[in-house]
Amino acid sequence: MDHVIEVSGLSKLYRLGEIGTGTLSRDLHRWVARAMGKEDPFLKIGESNDRTRKGSGDVVYSLRDIDFSIRAGETVGVIGRNGAGKSTLLKILSRVTSPSTGEVRIKGRIASLLEVGTGFHPELTGRENIFLNGAILGMRKSEIRRKFDEIVDFSGVERYIDTPVKRYSSGMYVRLAFAVAAHLESEILIVDEVLAVGDVEFQQKCLGKMGEVSKGEGRTILFVSHNMAAISTLCRSALILQNGRIDFSGDVHAGIERYVRSSKTSTGVVDLANARHHLCNFSKLRSVMLMDESGVVTSTLFIGNPFRLRISFELFEDVRNLEIGWCINNIQGVTLVGYVSPWEGFQTRFDKGVHEVECMVPFLQTLPSTYYVTVWVKRMGEKIDDEVERAIEFEVLSRDLNGSVTYFDKYVELNMFQHSSWSQINSSAS
Amino acid sequence: MTSKKAHEHWDLKIRPSSPLFDLHLKDVWNYRDLLALLVRRDFVSFYKQTILGPVWFFLQPLLTTVMYVFIFGRLAGLSTDGLPQPLFYLTGIVAWNYFAECLTKTSSVFRDNANIFGKVYFPRLIMPLSIVVSNLVRFGVQFLLLICMLFYYIYFEGFSIKANIYLLLLPVMIFIMAILGLGSGMIISAMTTKYRDLAFLVTFGVQLLMYATPVIYPLSTASPAVKGIIAANPMTPVLEGIRIGLLGKGDMSMASLAYALVSSLVILISGIIVFNRVEKTFIDSV
Repeated sequence: MDHVIEVSGLSKLYRLGEIGTGTLSRDLHRWVARAMGKEDPFLKIGESNDRTRKGSGDVVYSLRDIDFSIRAGETVGVIGRNGAGKSTLLKILSRVTSPSTGEVRIKGRIASLLEVGTGFHPELTGRENIFLNGAILGMRKSEIRRKFDEIVDFSGVERYIDTPVKRYSSGMYVRLAFAVAAHLESEILIVDEVLAVGDVEFQQKCLGKMGEVSKGEGRTILFVSHNMAAISTLCRSALILQNGRIDFSGDVHAGIERYVRSSKTSTGVVDLANARHHLCNFSKLRSVMLMDESGVVTSTLFIGNPFRLRISFELFEDVRNLEIGWCINNIQGVTLVGYVSPWEGFQTRFDKGVHEVECMVPFLQTLPSTYYVTVWVKRMGEKIDDEVERAIEFEVLSRDLNGSVTYFDKYVELNMFQHSSWSQINSSAS
Repeated sequence: MTSKKAHEHWDLKIRPSSPLFDLHLKDVWNYRDLLALLVRRDFVSFYKQTILGPVWFFLQPLLTTVMYVFIFGRLAGLSTDGLPQPLFYLTGIVAWNYFAECLTKTSSVFRDNANIFGKVYFPRLIMPLSIVVSNLVRFGVQFLLLICMLFYYIYFEGFSIKANIYLLLLPVMIFIMAILGLGSGMIISAMTTKYRDLAFLVTFGVQLLMYATPVIYPLSTASPAVKGIIAANPMTPVLEGIRIGLLGKGDMSMASLAYALVSSLVILISGIIVFNRVEKTFIDSV
């Protein structure tokens, strides 16, 4: 298939430090150097953008020699840590800023959504804002008029369409804004973490709409998100940026695995010293740690894989009938499944002191999304003594469970997956 | 492979710099609906946000006129070429307001819209254009006020005007004010994004410029030495011309008007060029 985006030798550099003072002299310096036929002094000291090290020069490359191309109809997830250059790349592609060197070639109309509701005016009504926002995003008035009903329908705010948007709840605001954007007619769509806002139900609807668009109409999508679950369900390929360079480009699952492995951090361990505790008459939870099947600490897990939770707690006295438990809650706070130590015949006698226990779960059942773990300690049959809600947050990523692609995102109302076997009992084919 | 690529058609190429005279005017035309909607937004939001709403459009020039009559007319005793003082001052204020608003609003267009400019692409020229058109609506309303006052003077004060051909030049005058305000505003906007302290000078500069324009005095009273400097200001023939057309007295020749038109066009075109240069990298310096 044809390439619709080609990027070659793309770089972007930024000057650090104060803007305004000293800029005039720096401009002169640069100009003099150029006039004398020397190399630009401020291009030379550029270095890769590693924020953890303080650079010696005050010019930083946000992107450096990026080359890639995207075919028509592809959905590409752009992944990278903060400061990796994702936003800069999207800004260049959407022409908000221009590159320092290199070239981008694009076929077809390009629409970018770096933010939802750009240009929304609080005093204007929903109807007026649909037109204004649509025009800012590049739609003609006639085009918006044609799609108006569809947009209002998608947003679900038809009752308030003639109310100024300053009276909208933030959820309604985002719904309306996204509805306009979702109806852009462009061959290429660039989306930056706009899904980070809005309620979960609407997020799923948006993901669905975007997926539908890319599969049905052959639209090309570039999608930046920290939500790996969203990327893995929506995108076919991934582009990983690291310190302004391309670290990986290819299949989305391989990409996410690579990214997750490289970003194993302490977020898989949470110290509960400052968390909100319960009674704490005889016990206190100290920390929780989440690990994947091979014992690597992480906060990103794949559906269907084994994982472990380590709980560390302190007892102020000897306890003869101790129960340790934890459960998984979804974002809405609904408890999905619980794990309790005595149910599995685990020991109940613990002496005064600090203890660490590990619970191994052979199969992660929750569908791709974000979840929380609540941990508690108590005497069996008595009230909870210490409990920390939302002790640790983790993300479940999708993976092919049976060798075939599974679209979990289509089943918004479902939470859990369990293996089942299917067989045919009867059939009366005619 | 490479030769095939060279012949491929690309709709858009994003490069570090584009030719100096590529003004993207076709792009601006494609976004004309946005221009109309922005003007509408300015008007509706202004109308809704203030308690006095559109009354403010009248109040501001009227109060300024009263003040000028008192200070420049009574206290300083400046000549008004034999014209009734309120009429003389109001004409100057309405015209000058339009030019000054276009200039100051355009000069801060990058700062005021940094939020939108940082998130979505559209031809940036749309924004200053919308300012000029929005203010034109406001100018129209204030001009109506001026006409009302003129009729008052004709019927109740016995002021006689000789209806003259210069009134037909009014659209040209308005056009000059618009493009002069737009052009110089864009040049200043480009400078202020780079060297911010210049922003403080704008309001001050506009005020100074007003005294170098025959707003509170007629050109005819200026001494020959000063006259040369004042005549070099493209706004001078515009104000004098409007006065001839409406009130029948002023000091404007066709040559000076042509000079004003040509210099305004030059300023406009250089403004657009500078503006297009700056818009590409402006967002990095915010």
